Amino acid sequence: MDSPELILQYVFSQPFAEAAGMTLLITILSVLLGIVLGLIIAMMQESRVAALRGLVVVYLWLFRGTPVLFQIIFVFNVLPTFGILFSGFTSAIIALSLNEGAYMSEIMRSGLQAVGRGQRTAGRALGMREWQVMRYIVLPQALRIVIPPIGNQFIGMLKLSALVSVIAVEELLLVANQTASANFRYLEALAAAGIYYLLFTTVFMLAQARIERWAGAQKRSRTTPKVSFTQRLLGVGLKQASMR
Amino acid sequence: MTTPLIRIANLNKSFGPLHVLRDVSLDVTAREAVVIIGPSGSGKSTLLRCINLLEPIDSGSIQFETSKISADSRGAHLLRRQLGMVFQNFELFLHLTASENIMLAPMKVLGMDRDAARTVAEDLLAKVHIPDKADFYAHELSGGQQQRVAIARALAMRPKVMLYDEPTSALDPEMIKEVLDVIRELSQEGMTSLVVTHEMGFARNVADRIIFMDEGRIIENAPPETFFNGGSDLQPRTVRFLDQILHH
Ligand SMILES: Nc1ncnc2c1ncn2[C@@H]1O[C@H](COP(=O)(O)OP(=O)(O)OP(=O)(O)O)[C@@H](O)[C@H]1O
Ligand SMILES: [Mg+2]
Repeated sequence: MDSPELILQYVFSQPFAEAAGMTLLITILSVLLGIVLGLIIAMMQESRVAALRGLVVVYLWLFRGTPVLFQIIFVFNVLPTFGILFSGFTSAIIALSLNEGAYMSEIMRSGLQAVGRGQRTAGRALGMREWQVMRYIVLPQALRIVIPPIGNQFIGMLKLSALVSVIAVEELLLVANQTASANFRYLEALAAAGIYYLLFTTVFMLAQARIERWAGAQKRSRTTPKVSFTQRLLGVGLKQASMR
Repeated sequence: MTTPLIRIANLNKSFGPLHVLRDVSLDVTAREAVVIIGPSGSGKSTLLRCINLLEPIDSGSIQFETSKISADSRGAHLLRRQLGMVFQNFELFLHLTASENIMLAPMKVLGMDRDAARTVAEDLLAKVHIPDKADFYAHELSGGQQQRVAIARALAMRPKVMLYDEPTSALDPEMIKEVLDVIRELSQEGMTSLVVTHEMGFARNVADRIIFMDEGRIIENAPPETFFNGGSDLQPRTVRFLDQILHH
């Protein structure tokens, strides 16, 4: 069979489509959980309770100080010896979201800090509770600031998700590898996987651009710089995604 | 004589080693306009912030109506609903339009529905003389307009007292009057007002009483006539301060 034909056949085959779905699911779940975790951590960092801040330091130290691959294997292989047993998929989500949270907290923190103290004071002075100030004044303003870096985190996570092939989660890379090892048509199998990756990256970038435009339009800001597709792809003109 | 609306007695407040308010005692009667003046760092802002519990106090007491404002902050949000506050830097919520700024607290704090809140916002924007700015964001308004929206936002909670902390200090000279006019009109309608300001013309014309603060103490507490005419009735420090700002 010709290469192009086989590639197309792979792309539209059920195993590849399912694997692509798995990759997408892992990416989206991990980033969403990472956002929640990152927000909690960012708020804990602002806390007056020293023990909470201490806990955060330990967490960040552990998850930024070790490789993601290490964390994935640790959750999957070491926790069971303590009687904590997860499926490959659950282990993948746990490890990736815990890791993501450690980086997302920084993004969330910069978002929260960009909202001036005076804005919170003004909310309090109106008789709002602390959670209302957070919900109606701080978070909506912080959201605008964190959208571009969160978009980058999605793209980064898409690539990280390939790592969970080592714990036998049936995502794109694993399926491509398995397919190829049966007939040694590596080029075709990997090309099919690559097409999916590029498709998702492109969709993420377009979505990011749309959401940014929406947030900018809401604020009617005339100062939001235009970011071209190439700039987006290369990460120029955006806040760089944290490197792992 | 009726009981004062706000009664502050022997209030003390420190930031670490810095003793910012020293034995401050002050009564404010309903419908009264009290202007607070004093050099930078004398504790004027801190006093206003203590009154609505944005700062915890160290000792002394603050009474609002008949209830003592406790030093613990659990009921703070309930008290603050009755005290409007206006800041030097306006602090309009940047993600909301002028009318949304005004509607937010009535809707989320008082549970007012959107249509009713919208009506309140329109009425208040008319009251502060910018009925046509409802859908503008802060960055599309001049400083004077932003401050008037901020006043309307505070009024939307139907406060019993308005606290103004240097409401015109961040404004260009040509916008000062439009803001002071609104404050004066509100006061003339009977709104109890505490105004920290450096605008002596406003103090002279609008204040029922002027407080002069220096180094955390109330040095002078007198009606404007005494304040601006009565040389011999005033403390030497007050005279020096007035000299400085009036002949400059
Ligand atoms: N949160 C704070 N922490 C530490 N020190 C503070 C704090 N807020 C105010 N201070 C200090 O307390 C003193 C009184 O401050 P305050 O803001 O009440 O003065 P002010 O009379 O309003 O002055 P200005 O005219 O400059 O606004 C100042 O020395 C100030 O530096
Ligand atoms: Mg001040």
